[in-house]
Amino acid sequence: MDVGVNLIQLAIYLGGFIGFAALNAAYLVWVERKGAARFQKRVGPKETGPFGLLQPPVDGIKLMTKQINIPEGVDKPLFILAPIISMVPAIMCFVTVPYSNSIVARDINIGLLLIFAFASVNILALMLAGWSSKNKYAVMSSARVVSQNIAYEIPMLVIAITIVMISGSLNLREIVDVQAGAFWNWNWLPFNGNFLGPITFILFYICSLAETNRAPFDLGECESELVAGFHTEYGGMGFGLFFMAEYANIVIGASLVTILFLGGWYSPLPESIPFLGASGIWWFFAKMYFLIWTVVWIRWTFPRMTVWGLLNLSWKILIPFSLFNLLASAGLLKFLG
Amino acid sequence: MGTENIPSAIIQTAQSDFLINHGRANSLWPLTFGLACCAIEMMGAGASRFDLSRFGAEVFRPSPRQCDVMIVAGTISRKMYPAVKVLWDQMPEPKWVIAMGNCAISGGPFKFDGQYGIIEGADTFLPVDVYIPGCPPRPEALLEGIMELEERVCGMRRWPRVEPV
Repeated sequence: MDVGVNLIQLAIYLGGFIGFAALNAAYLVWVERKGAARFQKRVGPKETGPFGLLQPPVDGIKLMTKQINIPEGVDKPLFILAPIISMVPAIMCFVTVPYSNSIVARDINIGLLLIFAFASVNILALMLAGWSSKNKYAVMSSARVVSQNIAYEIPMLVIAITIVMISGSLNLREIVDVQAGAFWNWNWLPFNGNFLGPITFILFYICSLAETNRAPFDLGECESELVAGFHTEYGGMGFGLFFMAEYANIVIGASLVTILFLGGWYSPLPESIPFLGASGIWWFFAKMYFLIWTVVWIRWTFPRMTVWGLLNLSWKILIPFSLFNLLASAGLLKFLG
Repeated sequence: MGTENIPSAIIQTAQSDFLINHGRANSLWPLTFGLACCAIEMMGAGASRFDLSRFGAEVFRPSPRQCDVMIVAGTISRKMYPAVKVLWDQMPEPKWVIAMGNCAISGGPFKFDGQYGIIEGADTFLPVDVYIPGCPPRPEALLEGIMELEERVCGMRRWPRVEPV
């Protein structure tokens, strides 16, 4: 391909992804606040613009014009670097996500591996943030975040291997293509000889909640014990970047679940049905935003877990189950497939 | 506002000032912090009947680094005074204080000759912007106080003021 065309394409994708991540982060905060209000029988932000829709830009302006405060005694380079390290890999993850048959920035044959590689850099950023802050609560929080993320990375990868085994590819577009047709071909349903689909799906969903540090697994920012967790010493846009990265990671997690289990951009109905049977990017977004809504739903419904409860859930339940699931799926593929 | 005499700057930034001030006024994040019974009314203002979140002010941040307004809700005892002072010093600019309740205004019922345990008013050591009288003030009064603070920040009032009959 022509180098110039390639560069223009690259610039468009780069701008698009940063814009997409920022817009999603801003308006998912609005969704979260409106959702919280709904669950608590409140109204939620409503005075700032219609339905409070101007609340995210207003908060952004406030965060950006806040004093940049670097406390005395912190490890300055790391303290400044940590929010950036948190944000950049989150945007990098968008590169391999196929939104539809043709809308994908880089159709790489190790797309799934790449997403896991970049997503795990986020832990490094949270650890650096806590470590460089010179604050005992931040250090404790980063220790928790690291142990939690390592514990949940293992079952998540084992489940990803199960899906790769079923679809026979690490390329995300091909993983979606295997699920073409209608909803009974999707990986999470127990049809097509894939009897363990629902279990795989639930395990992966729990792991993705824990990986993105969302409630009920948000031990990193446990207000009742650790002030504000790893971002205790961050004010203004440093804190804003951590929040944007968290929401970008939620978007990535929901896209990954959509791709691996819910058939990506394919319609849940057979193609023979005239209007609803057409596949395209709208189905991808419908599934992804529904999953994001369930994340908000869970956050405002369940109380936070204890640390040992969280680690026990991973090491004693999720890891044995996912390993058993891997073996059983392999057996099913061998004898039925 | 309106009483300060600000000299005109060389670079006029009225438009951006308008945006920034309205941004700040509509996103006042309070510190999660209560000292006495007024804090219960503050929680009531955040709950479903009064709903502080309508004004974008329900984000009670646990860390002082992420807050804009400190609501001094309750009696400041002499033992608590250093902690309140440290929390205030840890908040980054721009920051505001609301003194909520009679104790935070002047010591309230605990002020008498010879008392030794109470700081007589938050304004003895903090630059208080808005005073909310009451013992404790009702949640509506806190909402009015927050709207008063918004008016002080951006120069515009959200709704017409209710005149006492």
